[in-house]
Amino acid sequence: MNVSIGGLAHSYGELRTIERLDLSVEAHGVVGLVGPSGCGKSTLLELICGLLEPSEGTVSVGPAATAPGRLAECAYMPQRDQLLPWYSAIDNAAIALRNRGVGREQARAEAATLFERFGLVGFERTPPQELSGGMRQRVAFLRTLVSGKPVLALDEPFAALDAITRAEMQEWLAGALRSDPRTVVLVTHDVEEALYLADRVAVLSARPARIVAELRAPDPRAADRDAAITDPAFVAAREEALRALHGGSR
Amino acid sequence: MKRWLYPALLLAALLGIWQLAASSGFLADVLGVEEFLVPSPAEIASSLWDNRSVLLDNAWVTLQEIGLGLACSIVVGLLFAVAMNLSEAVRLATYPLVIASQAIPIIVIAPILIIWFGFGLAPKVVVIALICFFPITVATLDGLRSVDPAAIKLMRTLYASRRQIFWRVEAPTALPSFFSGAKIAAAVAPIGAVFAEWVASNEGLGRLILDYNANYRVDDMFAATLVLAAIAIGFFALLALAERRVVTWR
Repeated sequence: MNVSIGGLAHSYGELRTIERLDLSVEAHGVVGLVGPSGCGKSTLLELICGLLEPSEGTVSVGPAATAPGRLAECAYMPQRDQLLPWYSAIDNAAIALRNRGVGREQARAEAATLFERFGLVGFERTPPQELSGGMRQRVAFLRTLVSGKPVLALDEPFAALDAITRAEMQEWLAGALRSDPRTVVLVTHDVEEALYLADRVAVLSARPARIVAELRAPDPRAADRDAAITDPAFVAAREEALRALHGGSR
Repeated sequence: MKRWLYPALLLAALLGIWQLAASSGFLADVLGVEEFLVPSPAEIASSLWDNRSVLLDNAWVTLQEIGLGLACSIVVGLLFAVAMNLSEAVRLATYPLVIASQAIPIIVIAPILIIWFGFGLAPKVVVIALICFFPITVATLDGLRSVDPAAIKLMRTLYASRRQIFWRVEAPTALPSFFSGAKIAAAVAPIGAVFAEWVASNEGLGRLILDYNANYRVDDMFAATLVLAAIAIGFFALLALAERRVVTWR
């Protein structure tokens, strides 16, 4: 399912957060959005997910152009994992099924197949507060996958992790998306993360956000991350993105 | 071990000093009163034993008042907090009234309630509930409002209805705060019980203390007060125990 944004503008009261923004994501495509802090990236995700209606312009997800319609197609992964400490890891991952009225055991069984595929076997009954940061992010990501929604909106999913765990998680997410492709809008402040995970990277300006550069990633979600990010084409793309980023925030 | 030993040692030391100071007549000299007006811990203990049947009978009355009053305050406090959280209009409209209800001294309200509800159990329960619902409402409302908005957005994209967001996110988030409020309520409930009994009652620990006071039976007053404190501690401990059983994720 594709995402298409045309002439989008958004304000909170007097504060203009997004200005004339056009963006499209093809079905099963991954687009990375990078931009300076507070530039309206999170607002953009909320608009895509149908948590907000834009002040001007259109946002559509597949055929759905209204907020409730978009909400039905998108799953949101917020910055902090927001795992609920009163549920076990598997019950957190299965919450979308429970919300749709699926019985507890059946919901657990469905989520358990994903736990097997994504290296979380043995942690089903562990409460989230006993999981490591990387594990928590995996559970949080599986929670969006279990929802079965075609579009995933990821808001700086690995920002809270240390550099080593973050690199591992990027590789893990790349693998997950290779085996279970979805349309993804990934917000991050990490240019390298965006260029590694996404097919295309849009560089946003400081608030009000508009797109100052769009780059094609050389080798999206390569199995060997270390090789991919040290490739000359990747390094050149990263430099270009950083230049656009710094030019845009000036 | 230390958890019990240290307070026990301090208590024993304080009781020992008190015993010496009272039985030697030192305290009565300092205060300039008759010795029988300054009972020692041993005298209070023997009063507890000698008056055990009258103390138990009256304690049972006060226990019922406090138990029912607390139960009512929990129901009313939770209803207020949930309604105030659901609707901004309700919150703005009722908050001043909720605070005003605590500004009016209970000693002023109690006689009016006696006139309206008679001499039985009802006015005592109402007085206690009136004191106790306040900490429960305020604490629970704070707990409900401390929910991370991102958690609610996430749940909305995972098919959650308003009701599911309440039961799966908001209510568990607010539980620890609710228990804090309820424990404060348990600690202040005896104040309401004693005031209500003083205004109109011929039974209960508050009434008994007043009778003893009229007859300068200070040792018996201490004994009755001790029983009253034990009731409050009992309810407090019961709530603390319930909290530990329910809030397992902390």
